[in-house]
Amino acid sequence: MMAGTLVSTMINGDATEFVCQTGETLLEVLRNRLGLTGSKEGCGTGDCGACSVTLDGRLVCSCLVLGVEAQGREVGTVEGLADGDSLHPLQSNFIKHAALQCGICTPGFLIASKALLDRNSNPTDEEIRFALAGNLCRCTGYDKIVRAVRATATELRKK
Amino acid sequence: MLKVCLSGPLKSAADGAASVLISAATIRELLRELVKQYPQMQIQLDDGIAVSVNGDIFRDNWSQEIPEGAEVFLLPRIQGG
Amino acid sequence: MADDPKFKNRKFKAVGTRPPRPDGLDKVTGRAKYGADTFAPGQLVALVLRSPHAHAQIKRIDTSKAEKLKGVKAVITSKDLPDVTNGDRDLYDTLENCLARDRALYDGHAVAAVAAIDELTARKALKLIRVTYKVLPHVTDVDAAMKPGAPIVQPRVYTRGVSPKPKSPSNVAKVSEFGHGDVEAGFKAADVVVEKSYKTEQTHQGYIEPHACLASVGPDGHGELWVTTQGHFVYRNTCAALLGMDVAKLKVTASEIGGGFGGKTHVWMEPIALALSRKANRPVKLEMTRDEVFRSTGPTSSTSIDVKIGVKKNGTITAASAELRYQDGAFPGIWAMLGAMTAYACYDLKNVKTIGYDVLVNRPKVAAYRAPSAPMAAFAVESTINEVAAKIGMDPVDFRIKNAAKEGTKSSYGPTYGPIGIGPTLAAVKKHPHMRGKLGKNQGRGMACGFWFNFGGETCTDLNIGVDGTVTLTVGTVDVGGARASLSLIAAEELGIPYERVKCNIADTGSLGHNHMTDGSRGTFSSGMSTIFAARHAIEELCQRAANTWEIPVKDVVWHEGNAIAKGKKHKQLQPLSLGDLAAGSENTGGPIAGHSQIVADGAGVSFASHICDIEVDPETSATKVVRYTVIQDAGKAIHPDYVEGQFQGGAAQGIGWALNEEYIYGDDGRLQNPGFLDYRIPVCSDLPFIDTQILEIPNPNHPYGIRGVGETSIVPPLAAIGNALSDITGVRMTHVPMSPPRIRKAIKEKQA
Ligand code: FES
Ligand code: FES
Repeated sequence: MMAGTLVSTMINGDATEFVCQTGETLLEVLRNRLGLTGSKEGCGTGDCGACSVTLDGRLVCSCLVLGVEAQGREVGTVEGLADGDSLHPLQSNFIKHAALQCGICTPGFLIASKALLDRNSNPTDEEIRFALAGNLCRCTGYDKIVRAVRATATELRKK
Repeated sequence: MLKVCLSGPLKSAADGAASVLISAATIRELLRELVKQYPQMQIQLDDGIAVSVNGDIFRDNWSQEIPEGAEVFLLPRIQGG
Repeated sequence: MADDPKFKNRKFKAVGTRPPRPDGLDKVTGRAKYGADTFAPGQLVALVLRSPHAHAQIKRIDTSKAEKLKGVKAVITSKDLPDVTNGDRDLYDTLENCLARDRALYDGHAVAAVAAIDELTARKALKLIRVTYKVLPHVTDVDAAMKPGAPIVQPRVYTRGVSPKPKSPSNVAKVSEFGHGDVEAGFKAADVVVEKSYKTEQTHQGYIEPHACLASVGPDGHGELWVTTQGHFVYRNTCAALLGMDVAKLKVTASEIGGGFGGKTHVWMEPIALALSRKANRPVKLEMTRDEVFRSTGPTSSTSIDVKIGVKKNGTITAASAELRYQDGAFPGIWAMLGAMTAYACYDLKNVKTIGYDVLVNRPKVAAYRAPSAPMAAFAVESTINEVAAKIGMDPVDFRIKNAAKEGTKSSYGPTYGPIGIGPTLAAVKKHPHMRGKLGKNQGRGMACGFWFNFGGETCTDLNIGVDGTVTLTVGTVDVGGARASLSLIAAEELGIPYERVKCNIADTGSLGHNHMTDGSRGTFSSGMSTIFAARHAIEELCQRAANTWEIPVKDVVWHEGNAIAKGKKHKQLQPLSLGDLAAGSENTGGPIAGHSQIVADGAGVSFASHICDIEVDPETSATKVVRYTVIQDAGKAIHPDYVEGQFQGGAAQGIGWALNEEYIYGDDGRLQNPGFLDYRIPVCSDLPFIDTQILEIPNPNHPYGIRGVGETSIVPPLAAIGNALSDITGVRMTHVPMSPPRIRKAIKEKQA
């Protein structure tokens, strides 16, 4: 049997340790070892964005990152978006604007949208569309997603 | 007597006829009579059918009554996404 | 009276509003559990070995080495899923598709499977399975498969729908003819006849969630299945039949579903997971990879279609015909038949004839994809309609309006229409500001119409009133995109209580009577109808309880806006009893209060849509971009308009992807060359504009609220709307979908030459 590697990391602000095989992806670790199934696997090849997380604040596809690469870094997932019992404005706007149908793409879109708004508080529709072009949604035609992100940007700027 | 129109692959089960005359008061009776006259029809029934009575399509409700003189169409059963 | 399905006009309070959906919070926090999101103690991981050949005889499968690998708990081949189908042809097809028997019929066909303690071990085990194939000649193109001498895909298939019964097997599984009148005479009477041929390539539903399930079967014959599906009751019946289990002993729970669009209406690998679990006596988790989804689950047909339309100079269509050849993959289906039924459904035609040929090829078993088969037929017909209109110098919208079907029209597939929406959607197109919007440089505009049937089916619903007056609504149709919100609105409407006091749950198969799956746009139509009836039954009971409380005859009690009211002067001292009051007192008036409904929801109204599209074509590269898009569709009654709009937009987006980009590409070796989202490119956010919607409400006479299905029709018009827009700007008629830049360039070059 192969010995696993011990990895110490921060996930959604909590110090976390796990053991994984060197070949395991961060997505597999999150889902299968840590029970954080909010990040989804739509392709496993970096094409759909359903597995989007942040690594030290940078948007990545967790299916393309190895679990061991999380050593000493900060991982952000959809499970860490809300602040206690208050939702992140992106989350409430996705519900309010019906920006999800089946919802499988939603965690990835929320993470990618947050990464966008963190670096650009006033994106144009075009900027929103290109920032989210790595996330596939097959249900909505993206219309209501773009509207929800736009509404969130406006709301956050007012704060 | 009802004039029952056949369409699609159902025609071949009635030797190519576009319509047949059947006496029936419900969809269940209609199907029973149909198989009696055209035993080939059983295969089609097994594949699934729907019955249109005056434009309303019934897929499963075989107790549906058929008024005298109604427009009756036998259609193959369809699937959706 | 409670079960009267006839439409009655009324004012709505809850229905038509846009409250937040009940499953929204779980879905934005990552808490919602989809197919792959659940785990069982001691679960094994399963993997499937698939054929690399398009067509091959399986001479031998040696699993002995795999079985001996440490950590492997079960290996199965078709021997472990013996044929217990008892002559049921469809069931046998399903069985053979789940796990190949003597022959592999397409690239990706499952031939064996393993369950092991972890994925690494399972992967090693797959490599240890030795399959000896004898490669056979294959055919993947629909026209090639119909040619004499083509390799026969299924020797057990003889053409159906022709008489006399054929004597030898054929790749043509079914011939279906529809229509009425005399088309030959009609064409003779025409001033202009246009004939055109079209091809469309195969596309996949492309749901983002791959198939996944967790199966657990014990040696006592009891089992459970957690699965992503559009119809867990149907999955239960199919799986139980294939495994020889008792239906009641297999409990199937539908997970949240990450998209289906028809692709999750069939079992694909669930019987394998159950068979592995039965053999290992451990829970087994089976998830498909994206590659497996593309290669081994059901896409829609590729097609080849000939259309002929004859017209008088005044714009009256005198005759229309079509020959439609659709491939079904390796198993007989009804897809060409559906194409033949829907092709001319938008029009009022004296003489019409369509013939569909369902053709077998060495590709995966075709499954329904949103208004299955209608988009390709509409592409061919609606493109030709524009050509015809141009030939007689008529505006294409006016030409359609002149020939549109209406109430009383004998439809091209047979029955006579009741009240329908094609005319109103066309009238709305005429009036829509989009039609007058200015086109930019290199931009063209097109429009097209579409039709889909919609249907109802078996439905069972429970409605239970809690002691605090809140209501649990239990339905058996899977919620694919907001149905729980819509159904809660309906229950609130009937009972006269706030939406927030209703909670809608999807029951597992052990908790409710059989429900047909969520397909054919039936979810909200049929569970909506059933919810209305269940609520009305509960109201009857509530009135009875009020009568018991007041000690008056129940005929003196009426239900009004959430309260029982005693009618008449003699009871005027009686204060109304609210649903909450009655619930609180239920213990002493007869126990729990509930309503129930078990129906066959028939009479789903047909649905029509018209789309308008502006497209920009780069003059140098022929790269295209949709710059404006409008969907106009009849919903009957929009229960929750947000999710109706969502269905319109999502269907349009899928249609746009199909029109411009998406296609299965097979090599000469019969293997799929692009089984991934990188090479099978679905529209991304930056590809699309906002998609405008206009909801029309022409009530369906066979539903108490007038609801029609809304889920599917929106994918029908885009192919032709885009083709017509391209023709507007380039002057060439595109006849091959997808209309990708190389094909557009080629068409322009050919025209210039
Ligand atoms: S699962 Fe990572 S990009 Fe699709
Ligand atoms: S909501 Fe279903 S994939 Fe986006």
